[in-house]
Amino acid sequence: MSDTPAPPDDVVLEAVGLTKHFPVRGLASHGVVHAVDGVDLQLRAGQVLALVGESGSGKSTVARLLARLYPQTAGEVLLHGRPVTAIKGRAFRAYCRTAQMIFQDPFASLNPVHTVRYVLTRALRIHHRGLRGDALEAALRELLERVQLNPDAYVDKFPHELSGGQRQRVAIARALAAEPEVLLADEPISMLDVSIRLGVLNLLRDLRDRLGIAILYITHDIASARYFADRTHVMYAGRTVETGDSESVTQAPAHPYTQLLVRSAPDPEHLGDPVRTGAVGEPPSMVDPPAGCRFHPRCPFAAELCRTRRPELLAIGAGREVACWGYAADEPGAPDLGAATATQEVAR
Amino acid sequence: MSTTDDLTRDALRPPRAPGAGRPVLEIRGLAVDYGYGTRRVHALRGVDLTLHEGEVLGLAGESGCGKSTLVYAATRLLAPPGLIAAGEVLYHPEVGEPVDILRLADDELRASRWQDTALVFQGAMNSLNPVYRVGRQLTDTIAAHRPRSTRAEREERARELLRMVGISPERIRSFPHQLSGGMRQRVMIAMALALEPRVLIMDEPTTALDVVMQRQILEQIMQLRDRLGFAVVFITHDVSLLIEIADRIAIMYAGEVVEDAAADDVYRRPRHPYSVGLLHSFPPLHGPRRELGGIPGSPPDMGHLPAGCPFADRCGFVVDACRTVHPTLVSTAVPGDDPSRQVACLRHDRAALAAAGAPEVEVPAALAVR
Ligand SMILES: Nc1ncnc2c1ncn2[C@@H]1O[C@H](COP(=O)(O)OP(=O)(O)OP(=O)(O)O)[C@@H](O)[C@H]1O
Ligand SMILES: Nc1ncnc2c1ncn2[C@@H]1O[C@H](COP(=O)(O)OP(=O)(O)OP(=O)(O)O)[C@@H](O)[C@H]1O
Ligand code: SF4
Ligand SMILES: [Mg+2]
Ligand SMILES: [Mg+2]
Repeated sequence: MSDTPAPPDDVVLEAVGLTKHFPVRGLASHGVVHAVDGVDLQLRAGQVLALVGESGSGKSTVARLLARLYPQTAGEVLLHGRPVTAIKGRAFRAYCRTAQMIFQDPFASLNPVHTVRYVLTRALRIHHRGLRGDALEAALRELLERVQLNPDAYVDKFPHELSGGQRQRVAIARALAAEPEVLLADEPISMLDVSIRLGVLNLLRDLRDRLGIAILYITHDIASARYFADRTHVMYAGRTVETGDSESVTQAPAHPYTQLLVRSAPDPEHLGDPVRTGAVGEPPSMVDPPAGCRFHPRCPFAAELCRTRRPELLAIGAGREVACWGYAADEPGAPDLGAATATQEVAR
Repeated sequence: MSTTDDLTRDALRPPRAPGAGRPVLEIRGLAVDYGYGTRRVHALRGVDLTLHEGEVLGLAGESGCGKSTLVYAATRLLAPPGLIAAGEVLYHPEVGEPVDILRLADDELRASRWQDTALVFQGAMNSLNPVYRVGRQLTDTIAAHRPRSTRAEREERARELLRMVGISPERIRSFPHQLSGGMRQRVMIAMALALEPRVLIMDEPTTALDVVMQRQILEQIMQLRDRLGFAVVFITHDVSLLIEIADRIAIMYAGEVVEDAAADDVYRRPRHPYSVGLLHSFPPLHGPRRELGGIPGSPPDMGHLPAGCPFADRCGFVVDACRTVHPTLVSTAVPGDDPSRQVACLRHDRAALAAAGAPEVEVPAALAVR
């Protein structure tokens, strides 16, 4: 296996106008779930992109579309600039090698009757057909070492003999057997114990740096996005509402939803005086999403314009974009975000 | 909504004074085993913990450390193969002598339990009955609690409870599947409040929810607590959340409480190596970015616990005695510390080291931050 990273910052995998509508069964035939609507994103070699957003906002659907687990309704997935169209056959298998998915539940993703040796040997054989004997054994040991598991101690264990963090490492090792250019990690640490989460994130970061892998990191934990991801992409109700470098997005969130998300996150610095966001309301229906800005029913700044016209992503500084009318200064009837605009540090 | 104004006013009240109240629940030497013979697991090993009136007590620790077992045992809801091996749980009624809940006859227990202590279970939002409307499930609970109430009174109370947890009273006609997960979880909290508890125990009430929804629910619980004055036991693995909302935090490890201190002390002056490790396990949302390592290794197998300190294998401060002497909760060995805080670590326990004939050791600087 080569350890030469791809040229850093090259766009490896790209989504353009990615859209997925799921038909709703049992209701009128025209009903669809607007799971993802027109999402653009780029995964670059040696970089981590965090995808954050509320439950049901379409994050997993984006990852599954990128992994080609099902076809998109509209839009394109580009690998090194070329549209990915194969849905079966050799080209499809080659694509699956390139983009590997890591799931939330390390308990469900490993078959309980197989040892670590079996799981990894099988993955290596699928992706490197000629590999056998000593070369296979060496590749197996190298995989385990890559995920910081001592081969002698772990190679003959069954999943139930491993801790959650160790299982997730085995799942990552299995993905690495394909020598992927992209890892699509859907909440890879949320089922793990707090004390072992960091170890798995640090491992993924190490793989990013040493192998130059591009990583999509889906999470609910915006503090971990700040820690681990170069850039952060915020979704609300199937759409992108904000993107930028993780530090800016978390320290000076621009979109009112991102502001609510950051203020809602647990923060021990607010000890004894918990944040009161005063927020009310529920996530919107994805079958009949709100017109205009999808956040308007919960947005404290919503104006008439927000209720009727959809805000496009606007550039608001180096590498930052936000889809909120509050940043369209020249637009008549634009809402006034007042002190809440992104130039300000998020205040209490 | 008519109550929004009251709630906002409540939110403006000054923060409560922690720890001042008298005890409501005193857990003493509680031990629980699962299973028998060679397969027996000592899931709780002599836990001491006191909950005071009006206090928010946080219970944190890794999966499997015994948090749920503790609250099930303390409310006598533990199901087989769980078995209480030792201990007492003293409940202090508003008037009269304390009673040991573990030794009450079943009828005495039935009379007292729900009135005094209400539980919101882990994953509770999935335990609403799918075939009954939300309102019916609330009024049934109220009827059990107040058998002499009229139907109209119960309906009115159900609406009031929904309003309290921030759900529109019209939802009384909804079936559970018509509500989002966050709303179902709030209905479960409303059911617990229908019992007008003095103690509200919540086992991971918000873990399955989105961050924004979690915050909305916590705000409501805290406002209700400020208004109604019940004590809260809040269980979660999210230490950063606990530090924010709890008055006091008990950190559990492998079936024991290893540190028990004011939230502020746990956060800024942790004394147990495991607490220190936990605090270095979550990245900060604000402030300087720091390199974080988590805690090496993984929690011990509860079926095969080591002889000495259960944390010894993962501990950066281990001394020889830790392999043989089992630490118990003692005062910290740091001058100036709150005398009521406790820690189970030999690096703070000179007496235990001396009794074992082990050499005296200093408290490491990392466990004595001022
Ligand atoms: N196979 C499917 N069929 C129908 N609807 C679906 C399907 N998969 C997802 N959805 C719907 O699409 C929307 C987006 O779901 P998705 O799983 O992508 O959200 P998410 O952001 O990953 O949420 P979470 O944070 O809870 O994992 C939701 O409304 C969901 O109910
Ligand atoms: N019914 C049971 N039979 C046997 N062992 C059990 C049973 N229930 C719990 N245990 C064991 O008792 C220990 C404590 O479990 P408990 O559910 O109290 O942990 P917890 O701290 O609540 O964990 P979590 O954070 O995952 O909810 C665990 O090691 C568990 O394996
Ligand atoms: S008693 Fe020893 S092993 Fe246990 S936490 Fe303290 S120093 Fe570490
Ligand atoms: Mg998801
Ligand atoms: Mg539990």
